[in-house]
Amino acid sequence: MAGGKDHLPFFSNEFENHFGNLNMSNELLTMRHISKSFPGVVALNNVDFTLRSGEIHALMGENGAGKSTLIKVLTGVEELEEGEIRVSWLDHPLINHSPQEAQLNGISTVYQEVNLCPNLSVAENIFIGREPKKRGMIDWKAMNDNSRKILRSLNLSQVDVTKSLEHYSIAIQQMVAIARAIDIESKILIFDEPTSSLEEQETEKLFQIMNQLKEKGVGIIFITHFLEQVYEVSDRITVLRNGELVGESLTKDLPRVQLVAKMLGKEFNDLAAIKKETKEKVNHTKGVPLIDARNLGHRGTIKPFSLQMYPGEVVGLAGLLGSGRSELARTIYGADKPDSGELFVNTKKVKINAPIDAMKERMGYLPEDRKEEGIINDLSVKENIFIALQARQGMLKPLSNKEQTQLAEKYIKLLNIKVANIDSPVKQLSGGNQQKVILARWLSTQPDFLILDEPTRGIDVGTKTEIQKLVLNLAEEGMAIMFISSEIDEMIRTVSRMIVLRDREKVGELSEEEMTQDHIMAAIAGGERDEEDA
Amino acid sequence: MKKTLKKITGFQLFLPIVALILVLLFNMIKTPDFFKITVLNGTLYGFMIDIINRASELAILAIGMTLVVASSAGTDISVGAVSAVTAAIICFSLGPDQQNYQMPYLVGILLGLLGGVLCGMWNGLLVAKMRIQPMVATLILFTAGRGISQLICSGQIIHVEKESYRILGSFIPKVPLPTPVFVAAALALVTWLVLKKTALGMYIQAVGINRRAGRLIGINSQLIIFMTYVYCGLCSGIAGAIMSSRIAACDANNIGLNIELDAILAVALGGNSLGGGKFSLLGSIIGAITIQALTTSLYAMHVTADQLPIYKAIVVVIIVTLQSAEFRKWISSLQGKRPVKAKAAS
Repeated sequence: MAGGKDHLPFFSNEFENHFGNLNMSNELLTMRHISKSFPGVVALNNVDFTLRSGEIHALMGENGAGKSTLIKVLTGVEELEEGEIRVSWLDHPLINHSPQEAQLNGISTVYQEVNLCPNLSVAENIFIGREPKKRGMIDWKAMNDNSRKILRSLNLSQVDVTKSLEHYSIAIQQMVAIARAIDIESKILIFDEPTSSLEEQETEKLFQIMNQLKEKGVGIIFITHFLEQVYEVSDRITVLRNGELVGESLTKDLPRVQLVAKMLGKEFNDLAAIKKETKEKVNHTKGVPLIDARNLGHRGTIKPFSLQMYPGEVVGLAGLLGSGRSELARTIYGADKPDSGELFVNTKKVKINAPIDAMKERMGYLPEDRKEEGIINDLSVKENIFIALQARQGMLKPLSNKEQTQLAEKYIKLLNIKVANIDSPVKQLSGGNQQKVILARWLSTQPDFLILDEPTRGIDVGTKTEIQKLVLNLAEEGMAIMFISSEIDEMIRTVSRMIVLRDREKVGELSEEEMTQDHIMAAIAGGERDEEDA
Repeated sequence: MKKTLKKITGFQLFLPIVALILVLLFNMIKTPDFFKITVLNGTLYGFMIDIINRASELAILAIGMTLVVASSAGTDISVGAVSAVTAAIICFSLGPDQQNYQMPYLVGILLGLLGGVLCGMWNGLLVAKMRIQPMVATLILFTAGRGISQLICSGQIIHVEKESYRILGSFIPKVPLPTPVFVAAALALVTWLVLKKTALGMYIQAVGINRRAGRLIGINSQLIIFMTYVYCGLCSGIAGAIMSSRIAACDANNIGLNIELDAILAVALGGNSLGGGKFSLLGSIIGAITIQALTTSLYAMHVTADQLPIYKAIVVVIIVTLQSAEFRKWISSLQGKRPVKAKAAS
């Protein structure tokens, strides 16, 4: 890793050499200089992508990297703006105008959410829109026989093709979608997050089928957030970031740490290192833990985890998107009701069934999705601030008008929220100020434990710094804060301990000394950590 | 000047009030004695009195409906049928005797209201707990309600012959205004006070605007939605009692027939979004009065009952269009264009 930080030999520009010369290798699909912008955003900027026959090609990147836009351009969901798409079996550039057209052109997609008709039979789903006919009527026998044949080739002979699709698990439903794609002789299959709702065995089964298809020469594009799976099944990786191509590499040549580094990028922004000022090292992890979770878990979102948090410390949750960072926090707060384990607050065992229970234990939770779960957009700024305190007090003990206003004004001043009128709807504020309103909401409840899930996402740099400072000040006053952020720099500046998550599981903790970019990325990536340390 | 104008037109109740005034103005021209009020035996008579009298039940239903719409972004279409259930319970309890009720008047009324509350609880359970779509959930009582009502009355129309039973639906002796007006006003006042003096009003809006956010800040959204349906059931009960008193009987098939549609319309005419969230009780009440004003004025113009819906539909289309977001956008785009043109000219 030493010295190789900025120059990564793993990413070559090999494909530039044979642009426009498709028959040189077994290239199935070439996308060249693809650009696409939406009002105000450049979603794709001059991106190249190459898929060869008989390979599973992972398309990687964090949210907003441009993965889905690239796929949408390919499958005709979005209009191609600039660039050229070619496939090996057509001698002219390909432009799809709809997913149906893409399917006719041999490109099928299997989505995370199965887009079939659950109330039709399995066979109908495979043949819908192109049913075999006999004398103008649907030839049911042929349809069922053919369906059985296809499913048998996927080792799914146990499926009864006449039963309606909803009888089967999501995994089988996905297989049916795949069966359909195979039968229309798709040469390119796109798997968009196919495993996020699957159990482990089902995932294995899916991978088997992907490998079978690969051997038949089908080109597979695989989009996932799970690193393990990328390394388990893919042959090649293309990484996008912020709408730009970062590079392409064979999977075996690309260590995980490098992949994670490429995905996250190295954003050295201008923020000063705030933290180091008051650096009298305090060891917080002594005494009585404020929060003590023992094997707490929520099926399907986070595997059972244990962790302690002490007053006055800021603990970061590190991991890629989908690693279970938010889910861990939600489980403690009761936003997802835990279905295993125990939670102790100040050594007292508590039962948390809903967020209100957590609030009564003096917890607060600033959710990741400000729009969907944070802001109540038609209510006024004032109401948005005092509503949590009001909810904790109970409906029958309303805060007086004076109390409401005082509370709102106090925190508007403290957090420097820019608002003309505290009675105007909160939706009129900018994103950063909305976020501060939610912060104000929680601070006004005076919590002992505050969870901040991506508090600085989509916020201007100035506000970001303010929020980071505030977090440190609050901790100094004795609040325990759980801090979740995708930006590693920000985490390093803010937190004093880091919990690492991968694939919906807590996999370790890093102390302050261990928290360097490289270390963190190695931990997030997993697998090769020991090698890196050596 | 321009600013004040904008402030007035931006006021939430501006359009509902304008709609009501338009309907009344139209009447002034068509029916000259529309605003004439005469005194007879110490009570007031006239078209205007008739409007607020007849609008009372609708206003009461609209109050309940407003809360249901605000909290659950759905409508309770069973209010008319629930009114019929209440009416049946009350008439069955009080009995047909000319001299004496079978049980004290108040007990009969309370039993009826209890029936309404139970119906509301059923609806609330389906919507809040079982998360069934409000329209589907309340469809059950919409169809079954009148059956239950028939069952209570054994398929007959029960008449309550005792004279005092009519008071609720007509006049208290020596009082100039009809009783239903007082009931509706009292209910509106009580509702307004409860919403104002507890945090309930804000909770209902918060749940309607963003249920998930509401949950995360500790609001029990299920309970809030449940409560609005129960309250709507109670309102239906009160309306049912008045309707039954007007005819001094329970006619299971006709009491409150189709009134759920007018109640929903009243909420919409009041400038409330049927998508839930922010609401204005006063708006809904104005909406209810507008609808009744429309009906009464059409009758005053000698439109027959069977043709009434056509005229009503036309006016409703106009009012709803005036309030639609698209129309407002169009208007503001017209306003926006003018200054641009002026600039280009200068």
